[in-house]
Amino acid sequence: MTRSRRFKLQLFRITIFIVLGAFFLVPIGAMLEFSTRGNAINAPRNLDAWKNIVQTPELVSAITASLELAVITCLAMLVLLLPTMVWVRLRFPQLNRAIEFICLIPLTVPAIALVVGMVPIYRWININLSDSILTLAFAYLILVLPYSYRALDAGLSAIDLKTLSEAARSLGARWGTVMLRVVVPNMSSAIVNASLISVALVLGEFTFANLLAYENLQVAINYVSLVDAGTSIAVAVAALLFAFALLMILSFVGRPPVPVAKAEDAEFRVSQTVGLSGGLIGRAGR
Amino acid sequence: MTTGASAAGRGVEVRLEDLQRRYGAATALAGLTLTLAPGELVALLGPSGCGKTTALRLLAGLEEPDSGKVVVDGVDVTNVPANKRDIGMVFQAYSLFPHMTAIRNVEFGMQLHDVGSAERRKRAGDMLELVGLSAHAYKYAHQMSGGQQQRVALARALAIEPKVLLLDEPLSALDAKVRSRLRDEIRRVQLEVGTTTLFVTHDQEEALAIADRVGVMNAGRLEQLGPPTTIYSRPATPFVAEFVGLTNRLAGVVKDGEVDVRGARLPLVKPDTPNGPAIALVRPEAVSLVVDGDTVPSPLVGTVIATAFLGATSRITVDMGDGTVLAQMPTSEAGALTAGTRVKLALRKDPVLIARDESKPTEA
Repeated sequence: MTRSRRFKLQLFRITIFIVLGAFFLVPIGAMLEFSTRGNAINAPRNLDAWKNIVQTPELVSAITASLELAVITCLAMLVLLLPTMVWVRLRFPQLNRAIEFICLIPLTVPAIALVVGMVPIYRWININLSDSILTLAFAYLILVLPYSYRALDAGLSAIDLKTLSEAARSLGARWGTVMLRVVVPNMSSAIVNASLISVALVLGEFTFANLLAYENLQVAINYVSLVDAGTSIAVAVAALLFAFALLMILSFVGRPPVPVAKAEDAEFRVSQTVGLSGGLIGRAGR
Repeated sequence: MTTGASAAGRGVEVRLEDLQRRYGAATALAGLTLTLAPGELVALLGPSGCGKTTALRLLAGLEEPDSGKVVVDGVDVTNVPANKRDIGMVFQAYSLFPHMTAIRNVEFGMQLHDVGSAERRKRAGDMLELVGLSAHAYKYAHQMSGGQQQRVALARALAIEPKVLLLDEPLSALDAKVRSRLRDEIRRVQLEVGTTTLFVTHDQEEALAIADRVGVMNAGRLEQLGPPTTIYSRPATPFVAEFVGLTNRLAGVVKDGEVDVRGARLPLVKPDTPNGPAIALVRPEAVSLVVDGDTVPSPLVGTVIATAFLGATSRITVDMGDGTVLAQMPTSEAGALTAGTRVKLALRKDPVLIARDESKPTEA
């Protein structure tokens, strides 16, 4: 590569970086600016909107509920999907297509149609089981299936599952041991990806909760924005920063020893950050 | 039966009794019966799809037979799951756990067998030393070569002190030089620990080089089982003769328990073969060549078209006008046989096999 070509490439990269960076940072900056404005004309900058977050009980309970839902959905997804996918790949590879099809169905059905179908079920659940907002986790589990399936599928394809599990079996491992000590550690980045995308989806979810009359984070932001725009924007920014923090933490957890894999993961995670922040910004703008 | 056991006291007897396995319409194993003596290394040799890998997987418990029994050390383990069988296995594909160092890989099995951590570490170190990889104990799989990975896999399989060691084409992913070195090393280690071993391969050289006995398989059946020398020099069936080693197919006529190949009368392995035209299977080393004009009488005259130098021996291709014949002889005697030399062939009077009926004799 010649020197001038390398320079041009470098310039191109920097330009892309600046343009994309601006694309994400300008709205966030604007939100920060807006959330610190005073209420009156010429009022000095203050953090009232931010203080309001913790002083609004509905908001606090909605945030807590959304975080709990994110954790429950994420765990349920892993417990349901991972063993199923491993089992199908090892024992019933002919079912692989069927499982993939089932997992991708929620992607093709509009959220609104899905909710309408679920209303009677939730009515029954409310009456017979519980009316807690945490029951939304059932619906969210379906919602995150296509995305987490894709992420886990990529992780499973990257390892020689059959040989590794047979090696572990021959060394005396029970199926549980095979899963926890061989499969999981070798696809930790796929699991992190699947979890992250599930958490992002749940934190940004509005339609299900709103139509099923539960108050999660996005529904609460929507209400608050009707009364106090500044506070709703502050919550949105806080959610965004929380997601960034989560990303930073997760990207340091369970790194595979293979350096090549790290680079690929980093790219994948960045693309998900984009999706996550995009979703939150869009929601907050309502 | 006790030679291996007395060497290390670890070998046990393994019996496969009339194992059958079908995949849909395809029969992978059509009744395999095989007994491995304690401490013995038996190689199953055959073309792909002959059932050798299925046999090994049935013994490992990774698949279940449709019928038949697997008996290890006198105990019927046919219905025992793979993780309770106490069988070490080395796979064709690289199978080290990528998230563990070499020594952690070796310790993994012992950990599952509740070996204390100090003991574990010591034994893992010993095993790595046994396969010559002490210096690489803290490397990950991706930091090691293919040969090193397979050696760690061998150490890992042996670390649990298994009753049986299974080797599923462990060398086929390696390049030729590493392959022959590791092959000899596997044999050395196997003799040292004395574990009864089943080795599956499609590479005849590998099988003949390291096995106590070789079982040649074809279409789900064991065609012949015997020491490598017997398999090579006295193949029991035409399939074995053609699969193991190089074989000339020479047209001839069977008459009264002998086969006449262009005037040379050779005894038959099966003297009751009916009279008529036939294809005689003759090893290259049973063919000797003399430069034409010599006094040795032979109706077989041809022209050398190629000489392949194989080290101590050379392989010479002779054009007979209506086909080619391979001859193998010490390189020291092959010096004069350059391409274009007219030669006479002489066939050693070893008993020969007649090819199966379906391969109709063509003039060769």
